Amino acid sequence: MKSWYLFRLFTREMKKQRKRIALTVSAIAWGTLSIILLLAFGQGLKLQLGKANKGLGVNIVIMYGGQTSKIYQGLPRGRTIRLTDEDVTLLKEKIPQITAISGEYDLYGASFTYGKKTLTERVTGVLPAFEDMRTHFPQAGGRFIDALDVNERRRVVFLGDELKQRLMGDDEAVGKIITINNIPFKVVGVLQKKMQMSMYGGPDADKAVIPSSTLQTLEGRQYLNRIVYQVSDTRWAPYVERQVFTILGKKYRFNPDDDKALYIWDTIKQTAIASTILDGIQIFLGVIGALTILIASVGVANIMYVSVKERTREIGVKRALGAKRVHIRRQFIMEALFIAISGGLIGGAAALIIIKILQGIPVGDGPLQFLGKPTFSLGIALATASILGLVGLAAGYFPSRRAAAVDPVEALRYE
Amino acid sequence: MIKMENIWRVYDTGKIKVEALRGINLNIKEGEFVAIMGPSGSGKSTLMHIVGCLDTPSSGYYSLDGTVIQEVDDNQLADIRNQKVGFVFQNFNLLTYASAYENVELPLIFSGVSAAERHRRVTDLLKRVGLADRMDHRPNELSGGQQQRVAIARALVNNPRIILADEPTGNLDSQSGEEIIELFNELWRQGNTIVMITHDPNISNHCERIIRLKDGLIENGVYQGEAADIGK
Repeated sequence: MKSWYLFRLFTREMKKQRKRIALTVSAIAWGTLSIILLLAFGQGLKLQLGKANKGLGVNIVIMYGGQTSKIYQGLPRGRTIRLTDEDVTLLKEKIPQITAISGEYDLYGASFTYGKKTLTERVTGVLPAFEDMRTHFPQAGGRFIDALDVNERRRVVFLGDELKQRLMGDDEAVGKIITINNIPFKVVGVLQKKMQMSMYGGPDADKAVIPSSTLQTLEGRQYLNRIVYQVSDTRWAPYVERQVFTILGKKYRFNPDDDKALYIWDTIKQTAIASTILDGIQIFLGVIGALTILIASVGVANIMYVSVKERTREIGVKRALGAKRVHIRRQFIMEALFIAISGGLIGGAAALIIIKILQGIPVGDGPLQFLGKPTFSLGIALATASILGLVGLAAGYFPSRRAAAVDPVEALRYE
Repeated sequence: MIKMENIWRVYDTGKIKVEALRGINLNIKEGEFVAIMGPSGSGKSTLMHIVGCLDTPSSGYYSLDGTVIQEVDDNQLADIRNQKVGFVFQNFNLLTYASAYENVELPLIFSGVSAAERHRRVTDLLKRVGLADRMDHRPNELSGGQQQRVAIARALVNNPRIILADEPTGNLDSQSGEEIIELFNELWRQGNTIVMITHDPNISNHCERIIRLKDGLIENGVYQGEAADIGK
């Protein structure tokens, strides 16, 4: 019964001291809100950058033919090395750590027509392995180029999503016939929208893909523009690179240590650097977050401490009227819990709402796409609210405990 | 009712020792109206705080209504303040954010009285001190005299064995002061035991007995009309 009376007294006094309580609660709510938002943006940035990094493909290496720079087996330096479809087959056979591989033929300035619309764009000829390796996933209802297309040199085309939009507007593309350099091609699929940070020759969204055999035949090509391969694990990348030099060096008779004979773009290294930068950003945001907590803590402690004089008197009065120490202590703990919990809830809820709203805003392809996807973290919300709550408790509790511990007359006399 | 033997109160701030009370012997019987007088710094308030269990003596024997104060723990002391003593302060010491009603109700909450009973007693007392129409007012909406009436009602709410008043008219104009003194007189006539600190001889003249303090000692204790030595 007695505890119930005390609780009623507590709620009554909380109502009476609305201003102080509201200030403290809002300090905690604000601190929680800003930290959650800050770290949510950090987390969102990390996720988006990670996704964008994968836009080109995961664990892929892009290789171009180069020029020899070393004399080897009586052959002069300066010989041009050019890659062919045979090399693709050879490397696939010899190196088991290569999980996917495809040559690429480029055709620039191809003229696309659909109805009355004509565009000049780029076409590449590739193998079916390109789909997974270079993240060329089709939108629903379509497909990527398959083995049959390559074997039969079919005139089928897989369009980049933006190229499709410019050429065909909102028309259903799959199954339609378009012409490329006046040769009819059937559209089999359209690229799913994706984020892509790294690229060569332009974004995937702006080009068309056809079977490599088709392009080779139509254009009479002998040499590939490049080979793209994917390794099973990043740790294999250096080994696979050495193997490529050894195998192709044997075939084309260049020194396997001649690093100018082939030009290698290892996106794995690039990804590692990007992820280091991201970790740096996370740490930076964490430090800012910690400073924000510190400032919010000072605010909370300040509000609690300013009222110490008034509250010490109040405790003295209550003690003079027969309140026991445990009554005073209980009330302060209830208050601190109430403030921390409601501040945390309000701040967390506000942050959640803001994050949901931001997630709903279409951010387009600008730099905003990296900031527009903040991610809510319950753990951070709880941690922040508890830290600020504890600070508030400490700032209010210790002076009050002292006030409750001394004779009432001392608390009444407090200046 | 009150029995004090050789009560000392020494404040030790580390650098200096202040002997506020230097061996007080005092007996107060039930139903007495005692005035404590003396120059400032003579130890009046300290004595009053010790009598009201707001402060503890450094040494000596003190029993209040049969309870030896040195033998009880902090919680029992809180109960004594709650049940046996009604304290009226010079500066009222009301909770500023609470209404007159809530201020008077506070001691009843600490003693665990039910809500219905609290309501009956608080309204009853506020009527008695003439504040029936001011129950929902906060202290800053009341005059000094009215605030002191609230404080007196608060002191009375648990039917204490003794009422202690530390210069209850010190912060009031003479008109309100007289009204408050009249209230105390009425309470005394109803059988309450009252101890009051005052500087005002007009007020002490109302009292049965005057105790004069000087330098932490009782100078003399005089029953109005007859001289008597209190120090025994």
